[in-house]
This record gives sequence, structure tokens and C-alpha cells, in this order.
Amino acid sequence: MAELDEDRSPGHLRLLAERIGRNVNLLSGVTLLLGVLFVFLTVFPEVFQRVFVASAPEQAATDVGPIAVDEGIVNGIHVETGFIVDDNLEVVRGTCTACHSAKLVTQNRADREGWTKMIRWMQKTQKLWDLGDSEALILDYLAKNYAPQKKGRRARLTNIEWYDLTP
Amino acid sequence: MEKTRTLFDLQRLYATDPIEADRLVFGRESDPVTRRGFLRNAGLSAMAVVLGGSVVFAKDMPAGLIPALLLEGGDEDLLAKLGKDKGLIVLNDKPFNIETPAHLLDDDVTPETRMFLRNNGLIPTAVDVNTWTLTIDGEAVERKVSFSLKDLKTKFSHHTYRLVLECGGNGRAEFDPPAEGNQWTVGAVQCAEWTGVRLRDLLEKAGVKKNAVYIGYYGTDTHLSGDQDKVVISRGVPMGKALEDETLIAFAMNGKDIPLAHGFPLRLVAGGWPASVSGKWLKRIAVRDKVHDGPKMTGDSYKVPIEPVEPGTEVPEEKLRIIESMPVKSLITYPKSGASLVPGQKLNVRGHAWAGDLAVKEMHVSIDFGTTWLKASLLPPHNRLAWQRWSAELTFPKNGYYEVWARATDSEGHSQPMVVPGWNAKGYLNNACHRIAVRVK
Repeated sequence: MAELDEDRSPGHLRLLAERIGRNVNLLSGVTLLLGVLFVFLTVFPEVFQRVFVASAPEQAATDVGPIAVDEGIVNGIHVETGFIVDDNLEVVRGTCTACHSAKLVTQNRADREGWTKMIRWMQKTQKLWDLGDSEALILDYLAKNYAPQKKGRRARLTNIEWYDLTP
Repeated sequence: MEKTRTLFDLQRLYATDPIEADRLVFGRESDPVTRRGFLRNAGLSAMAVVLGGSVVFAKDMPAGLIPALLLEGGDEDLLAKLGKDKGLIVLNDKPFNIETPAHLLDDDVTPETRMFLRNNGLIPTAVDVNTWTLTIDGEAVERKVSFSLKDLKTKFSHHTYRLVLECGGNGRAEFDPPAEGNQWTVGAVQCAEWTGVRLRDLLEKAGVKKNAVYIGYYGTDTHLSGDQDKVVISRGVPMGKALEDETLIAFAMNGKDIPLAHGFPLRLVAGGWPASVSGKWLKRIAVRDKVHDGPKMTGDSYKVPIEPVEPGTEVPEEKLRIIESMPVKSLITYPKSGASLVPGQKLNVRGHAWAGDLAVKEMHVSIDFGTTWLKASLLPPHNRLAWQRWSAELTFPKNGYYEVWARATDSEGHSQPMVVPGWNAKGYLNNACHRIAVRVK
């Protein structure tokens, strides 16, 4: 997962941010911004949803809308988010990344019961809405693709990058 | 030549001069007196487009409230924007959770560039140092008092300490069954030099009543849900810890203003305890007549089973205790894991050791998987609650694969375990010995 994370393509948000950043001294008017934002909102439509989710989360319960995930897949990983590509990825992405990074999902492992507990905790304390029919789909995806791995009491050292230490 | 301004520069600009930042980014001019609204609607349409809709309460919108959407989200250049060394590891980019590999923690005083970052919510974007106040109130004070930044800096004596701040979940990645949350390995720890005033001196001004039990902090970060009224995290410490010499209301880190991501302009700093008690963007301290009950003080947050349990056991809340002083621990900060030596080559290893509220008494290293241990040299801490430098010279008897293991022992005789210690659902307090790989060939 780690090396795949490093291959992540730049997010659209970053492109927007850098364009704003580079031109910050020129922004006397709004024309340029409007252009940038048009691009931004065209390629990043869930921004609308995120804004409205923040103000009225309960209305966004199950209708996450179509989200294209075919813009970049390498070795079965959706490059932009790092999610494993499988059934129900769209609903997982649309729901989980409304509030937090996909990395918070992909670095965790749990069985179906464990993932259910995390959803309940987020609903109880973090303002996560009722997921309705989406919940079962999300749990199917998480329990299959992010199941626990046995680590034992102490794992062996892995990913050692050997280098010559000059005396 | 125009300097390329990064997003984080924008964030700094917003932190120091929100009105100018608004003008630069959105062409927005807010009312110079109220610092709210949009003069002649300048900038309003641009901001509305950024936010994906009209700004409903435009006339009340405070100056310098940079839309969170511009600041948060996935980004491979996040480390550069945050001013972090490129060798750090981004565990999570919303909220920011970034850890430091052990070999980048070799400095005696951890610089900002190599300092782990653990945020629960979104970094505040409107920090006005001219109007910023710290209020002390709560059930257990005689009177509510407020201090401006200038008050704090001019009316109280300053103190500087090097203090170890370690995330309660440092080492979480090793638990089996897995523990939920950010999967920290070893690098959610730092020892910076903090300057500020003693919390004790401020509490004296408010007058602490006899029924005081705990203090709780409140900051200005924003909840991930976007709800401006929802407190992200509000933890604290019992009065005993609050009144210690080293418990500071800090306004400087490593001799400069605290970086925004680390709590600018004020941070409560209580070394040796889970770093989550050291509240950032500090606005308020409540002196409570009971154990503080803010978000992340209750439920199972920052708590471990009172009695040890079989891994995977569900433990009811009443059988959990709040983590206080962190356990004894150490890191090998030189060399980086993976060092390849030639036969006969000596290896000088070194690192830091710390022990929560206690001191480290002894340090040992092993190159034979714990069969024999060599006593390392160990320096006293720069001040109480700072980490301690240790070092040892190693020789390897023959070619092959070795692991260097490091084990610290605290002043009460507790040593680091070789395996992952007591399982707990949230994955706190893993102080198993640090290991690096070395080979001779």
C-alpha cells in the first residue's frame, strides 16, 4: 500500500490550489478564478455535495450520486484515493471521503463487525448520517477488501532498504 | 521575479493578516470596522463560486475565514506545503496525520520540519493575534479571567522547557487484532523546546477553588463534519499535573512563534502525557469540579483496560482508565534501519529514551534478539520531561543478519517489553522495544 500511496496522482484540489497560489498576486479581479473554478467544479463535482453535506448531512444519507472512478486505476488500486477497486467502491468513496481522507480507511483493517462498530462510533460522535441501504454495500466492500491480517505478538522487520554504511 | 506562493503560504497569510489575504485571494474587502461582510460585494461572487453556492450569511461572515475546501483534501505535496521534511510519512491528509521515521528524529531538539503532526479536526484559518484571548473559567474558579497575547507575554514570567510529546496511539500499527485509527508505527513523538508562561501562574489569577479536580482545554479547530459549533477535541489533566512547573501555556516553539499546524498562537503543553492533552489553538481553560468530560475524554478515547485482557476482548467503559503518564520508551535514531557493514566494522548506535513523568535510569541494547544485553551510556535530561540521549558502540562477531534492539528502564524499574504489550481496543501505549536491521557482509 505504501508504495502505491506514493504514486498517487495529484488531486484536482491541488491543481486548483496551485493555480490560485501562482496567480495570487494577479487576482485583482474574479475572471481568472471563475475560469479555474469552472474547471475545478467540472472535474470535482462532489464539492457541491460536500458543501451541502456539511450543512445538511441527513439529506445526503443515501443519494451520493454517480462518481466516476475510472480516471486512474493501477494494479487494481484507484490511484486518486488509494482504494482497492471492487464492487461498491463508488458508494464507499462518496460516503467515507465526504468527511475524511480515504487513507483513514485504507490503513485500517477489521472484520464486518469491526467496521460496523466504526460506523456506529462515527454516527454517535462524528455526525455521520444514517447510511440507509448503502450501509450493507459499504460493509460488503470493507469487510472483503480491508479484512484483518494476523500479525502475531511481534512481526518480522519488513521493507528493509539495505545501504552501505561507510566506516 | 514572482515567488511561487504555496497553499500553505496562503494559510500563513490568512493567519497573520486575514483582511489582506481576503483581498489577495478573492478581491474581497470587508468592513474595516466590523471586519465582517463584503464591501460593495467585492469578492463575494468569487467566494460563492469557490464554495459551490451563495454565501448565505455573507454580511456576517468574518474576514479571513478561508474556505476549508481550499485547504483540505488529498495532496501529494502536502509535506512541502506544511514545511515538513519530505521523508515524513502521511498517514492521513484529512485531517492531517503525519509521522516521522525514527532516523529523522536524531536531533536533540526536534525541529518543526521533522515533527509529527496529529490533528483531529481541521486547522483553524482565521487567527487574529490582536484580538486573541485566553479565558480561564469553569465551576472551580473564583472569577473568570481573560488574557490577551500581550498580557501573557508581558505580565507573567517566561519559562522554557524541552518536553516530550508522544501520541497515545504511537505504535498502534502493531496490535493484533488490529486497532482502529491512524496506524502510527514509531514516529509519533517529538521533543521540542517550548516557551511560555506557567499555567499555574494564570490559575492563581482566577483563584482555584478547593473543589477543583481537572482542567479542560478548548481550541478553535473545526470539526470534520464542518459543524462550526461542534467541539473537535477537548481534553485535559488533573490539577496535580496542571500545577507542575513544566506545564505551560506556550506561545513559542524552538524560539519562534508556534507553527500554525502545531497550535499558533497558543498551546497548552504538558510533557510526558499523551500529546492530545496539549491542546492547540488554545482559547479557553475550564477548571472543573469533576474529571473533564469534553470530546475524547469520555467513552473509550485515550483509555485502556484497568485489568489486562485477552487480545480482542470487548471491555465496558467502567473497566477502562484514562491514560496519564506515558510508559518508558526509546528509539534508535542512528543509524537508519538497513545499514550494511563490512566485517570488523564497529557501529556507534544512538537514540533517545523517555519515560513519561519519570526519568530513564538505564539503557541497554542487544544484537542477538535479547539473549545478551550491553549497557549503553545515557545522559541526564536537559530538564525534567525532556528525552535523554543514549549511545553505544557495537561490534558484530561474524557475518550475517542482525537486529539491534533498544530497551530503556525507568527510575521505578519498569523496562520496555520485547513484544507488544497489553492489548487494548484503541491501540494505545505500545512501548515494545525499537528494532533496526543491520547486516555484515
